[in-house]
Amino acid sequence: MYAAPAAIFVLLLFVLPLLLVGRMSASEWPLLKGGQGLNLPDNYAGIADDRLFWPAVGFTLKYTVIVVVVLLLLSMGMALLVQERRRGVGLLRTAYFLPVSLGLASASLLFWGFYSPQIGPIDPILQWLGITDEPIRWIGTPNMALFSSIILVVWKFAGFFMLILMVGLQSIPNEVYEAARVDGASKRQSFFRITLPLLRPSIALCLIISVTGSLLAFDQFFILTNGGPDNSTTTVVMMIYREAFRRFDLGSAAALSVVVLLVLLVINIAQFRYLRRGADG
Amino acid sequence: MRLQQAIGRTSFWVFGGGLAIMFLVPLIWTTVASVSPHGATAQQDGYGLNNYRTLTEYDAGLPTYLWNSAYVSILTVVFTLGLSLLGGYAFARFRFPGRDALFLLIIAILMVPYATLLVPLWVLMGELGLRNSLTGLALVLTLYQLPFSMFMMRISFEAVPREIEESALVDGCGTFGVLRRVLVFAVWPGMITVGLFAFLHAWNDFIAPLFMINDSSRYPLSLAIATLRQQTMGAVDFGATQAGVVIMALPCLLLFVLLQRHYVRGFMSGALKG
Repeated sequence: MYAAPAAIFVLLLFVLPLLLVGRMSASEWPLLKGGQGLNLPDNYAGIADDRLFWPAVGFTLKYTVIVVVVLLLLSMGMALLVQERRRGVGLLRTAYFLPVSLGLASASLLFWGFYSPQIGPIDPILQWLGITDEPIRWIGTPNMALFSSIILVVWKFAGFFMLILMVGLQSIPNEVYEAARVDGASKRQSFFRITLPLLRPSIALCLIISVTGSLLAFDQFFILTNGGPDNSTTTVVMMIYREAFRRFDLGSAAALSVVVLLVLLVINIAQFRYLRRGADG
Repeated sequence: MRLQQAIGRTSFWVFGGGLAIMFLVPLIWTTVASVSPHGATAQQDGYGLNNYRTLTEYDAGLPTYLWNSAYVSILTVVFTLGLSLLGGYAFARFRFPGRDALFLLIIAILMVPYATLLVPLWVLMGELGLRNSLTGLALVLTLYQLPFSMFMMRISFEAVPREIEESALVDGCGTFGVLRRVLVFAVWPGMITVGLFAFLHAWNDFIAPLFMINDSSRYPLSLAIATLRQQTMGAVDFGATQAGVVIMALPCLLLFVLLQRHYVRGFMSGALKG
């Protein structure tokens, strides 16, 4: 049976861990000692009491909203810019897409140096132009740290969403636009009445990927800001890591994991429902 | 009218080109910075490769980390291709009990956040003796490649006309013989896409090794470079970090340039799903 290896793999490495995380979340489970028996609902109750939890939730949501809006608007603009077949447009597409091929961890390390007062290139340029006197504290304040991380993420992912939207744009038949023009529709009208509605599946895909990805943000903050300053850029997934390997409490890390899973399921189901209903109506 | 067109074209290039430069600047900067002289790095004066030399000698040494990354990435590719080639064949061509349920279960991996599974997988891998092991890490990375690659291989097999294999079956090939002698060549492009994405994901991943590997001589590159950076609070080596970024990025950029077509196919199939 050719599906057997995959079935065994999925049972062992997906179903079993899912059951295990449920059990762990209901148990006292120190990192090095292993399971010490059930303690429901201590781990879950502990989450809400954690002084960092609600700020982390708040930050993760704020980050998600900003990143999703900025990313979708920018990549939509880029997709519209490069969708036409002109000479040399391939160069632009390649340039926009290159950062996508990098890993997020590499990109974060790159920007960590890029923003650093030691070797970063922006401060010298600004100072040379006489715009500023002192180094910009790119990750020194909570707002700047958020801003700088958003630049990094947009740089890394805009090309990816551009590609999805571009494919969507190119799949809209030209005849539709021509018919609209014959009927006297302006460019603006045909964008809002034709392009956007027909692009809905592509936009939905971008939305789901970017919302999920941002809610689970980890690499960029772990590497670039290390959750700081003052834990202001600590995300929910970073809390899981911290519980497990800084506080050596796998039980509470598991409880957090379960909460993240449930919240994400609810959000994804809501998104699917909303987008599907829109598509039918 | 012609003037208007010229203005349109110029503004397209000014705007699009400007944006392109903004996207390229960080990549160019890191390459230049990794060889430039700077007080905060090992490259004190003149351009040169001292930062790369620092990296070569750091802790277990760059060759070890490169080997670790390559080993994990290649093993992930092998696992992913093996599972999805056989599985895709099964899903596309055979009816068996639980077929739809199994496929749904595999796709459902997408719904479960990475981090949710890493905590129990850490415990489970400990039980299996695969914690802190590169093979264990490759298994974990394979898990997250499975939904995409199974989907990709399934549609690749479904796109192959049945006549091709029927004649081979008539000639007395078993179903495995058909797969090995005929179908593998028909689904080859899908396999390249699956392998490419598995490799890039394994090469670049950070959070899975961070959870799974605690012996620094077994760190893959991403983790080694991130750790090098934080090692001593007093003397952070900015130059070696950027040299590391360049080394991490090179295979990715190379694969992108060589396999652009397969890249785009991967994303397209993603777009089809939506």
